[in-house]
Amino acid sequence: MKRTVFAYPYVVWMLIFILAPMLMIAYYAFTSDGAFTLANLAGALTNEMYMQVLLRSVWIALKATVVCLLLGYPIAYLLSKMKRSTASLLSVLFIVPMWMNFLLRTYAWQVLLSPSGILNNLLKAVGLPAQQFLYTESAVMLGTVYNFLPFMILPIYTVLSKMDQSQIEAAHDLGANGPTTFFKVVLPLSMPGVISGITMVFIPAITTFAISRLLGGGKFMLYGDLIENQFITLGMDAWGSGSALSFILLVLVLISMAVMRRAEREAGEEGGGKLW
Amino acid sequence: MKKKLAVFLVLVFALSLCAAGCGNSGKVTINVLNWGDYIDEDLLDQFTEETGIEVNYQTMATNEEMLVKLEASDCIYDVCFPSDYVIEKLIEKDLLHELNKENIPNLANIDERFLDLSFDPENKYSVPYMWGTVGILYNTTMVDEPVTSWDILWDEKYGQQIFMYDSIRDTIGVALLKLGLSINTRDEADIKAAETALIEQKPLVLAYLGDNIKESMINGDGALAVVYSGDAMWCIDPEEGNPDLDYAVPESGSNLWFDNVIIPKSSQHTAEAEAFINFLCDAEVAKANTEYIGYSTPNKAALALLDESYTENPIYNPPQELLDKCEIFHDLGDFINVYNDAWNNIKGQ
Repeated sequence: MKRTVFAYPYVVWMLIFILAPMLMIAYYAFTSDGAFTLANLAGALTNEMYMQVLLRSVWIALKATVVCLLLGYPIAYLLSKMKRSTASLLSVLFIVPMWMNFLLRTYAWQVLLSPSGILNNLLKAVGLPAQQFLYTESAVMLGTVYNFLPFMILPIYTVLSKMDQSQIEAAHDLGANGPTTFFKVVLPLSMPGVISGITMVFIPAITTFAISRLLGGGKFMLYGDLIENQFITLGMDAWGSGSALSFILLVLVLISMAVMRRAEREAGEEGGGKLW
Repeated sequence: MKKKLAVFLVLVFALSLCAAGCGNSGKVTINVLNWGDYIDEDLLDQFTEETGIEVNYQTMATNEEMLVKLEASDCIYDVCFPSDYVIEKLIEKDLLHELNKENIPNLANIDERFLDLSFDPENKYSVPYMWGTVGILYNTTMVDEPVTSWDILWDEKYGQQIFMYDSIRDTIGVALLKLGLSINTRDEADIKAAETALIEQKPLVLAYLGDNIKESMINGDGALAVVYSGDAMWCIDPEEGNPDLDYAVPESGSNLWFDNVIIPKSSQHTAEAEAFINFLCDAEVAKANTEYIGYSTPNKAALALLDESYTENPIYNPPQELLDKCEIFHDLGDFINVYNDAWNNIKGQ
């Protein structure tokens, strides 16, 4: 009884700030001047250009997730092998940039990458020609990976550092060498962390906006930018189509979460290592 | 008992949110919504000192964003600075407060040339704040030919060296101007042609930006950029800008624009807002403001106080022959949806 009472503020919070906005999205997506319609949704799904933008978003999010995994797993693994105090210090360092606003961090990359920026000045200083880093698709990728990498490292690190060392020792005792131990024991045991990391990178990456505008110079429109454009530029007339786009993205996110959840359960059953 | 406590806590929480939003009583605070970098902010303090009215100053990046905020049912703003075609739309939607000109005696300082314009006949709702043209800012170390036509923005020589505005009417407008069409066209074929031209141009464009075009051009990051004349003044300024830059308005004509001060109908402090508008129309204040921003003032009393580097400068004070060839934006009504589709196609490409 005690507990439920203290949960009230959170329930109120969730009703106001999570459930109500979602219901409003659904309402605007399925109505036009107050009457039920599927036209908004049909319009959003049949527009070839919108689909192209959606595919680009999925593609960039997938690539960013893979890169985050390839970078994040080794980092998390190294952290878990270090002395506990060094590891916690280093993992704090990965979190520190997140104390800054996400937009500021992204703006900082503009300064680093711009044609007259720090990176190009370094190139020029060693006699190399300046490169166009900013306003390319790679810059958008870099911004996405940079912003979401900590969300990949931390869950994997948590699982790895909590791992029962005796299982690894047992693998060694039974004659498994380093690589075999890693692939047969450590990797399967760390799968819940990997799947959490993938979820926590892929979902924000697919819904992201602003990164493509700031680092891609508005040339690589993502689905999030498209939605922003519907509301900011087009105004009230486009609330219906903007909500339909948001709704499609929401469904996409829910589907990918369901897939990940299932994968996590299976990995959990196999490995037994629980993350949270 | 515990339940009551929880309810109480929720109430306290809700009330504190409200208190944070409602602000302190006693002194009147007006909420001002302006473009970024678009006022000498020292003037806001001066206004508060002179009148005791506090100013809560906020900024936005595009006319469309401002329109969304003014159309919202919970609009909190008392003073805002939209452009010509937006004023037309706001008047049509009956969202503007009719100015009480007795509270704005400094209106007499405004040049007649800029009063009674098509978007607000008799200036019932708006007072011109700044005006200018749209043109091409170019870096003379990278562009050695004369800039006389919009076609240069489609020249492959300058691939990946061109900045365009991330703004629907301005950028589609440039394509329409290049094609020799009206920037207020309501012909779908014209918009299709502009869309095709901009998609063709996209590989040459380094980026579609907002205010940061200025900084990028000053740093020499691009060769050509479409900018408002006021931003060009700012960029070329020898002290803070880059003297290698120059500005040209293509001979065939361009967009002539006006940003204006208005008071939304929902404002609860119209008298204080009118005092603010009157303050901005003061000759000395308008002079300080125009010198700070670099945009051209419609205030003839302020112009009389400015030195030759402004009054004789064709960027700041373009000749009337050029202005005669320029067109002012008009509201497009529902036809804006055709522009929107074109814009999405260009940006999403």
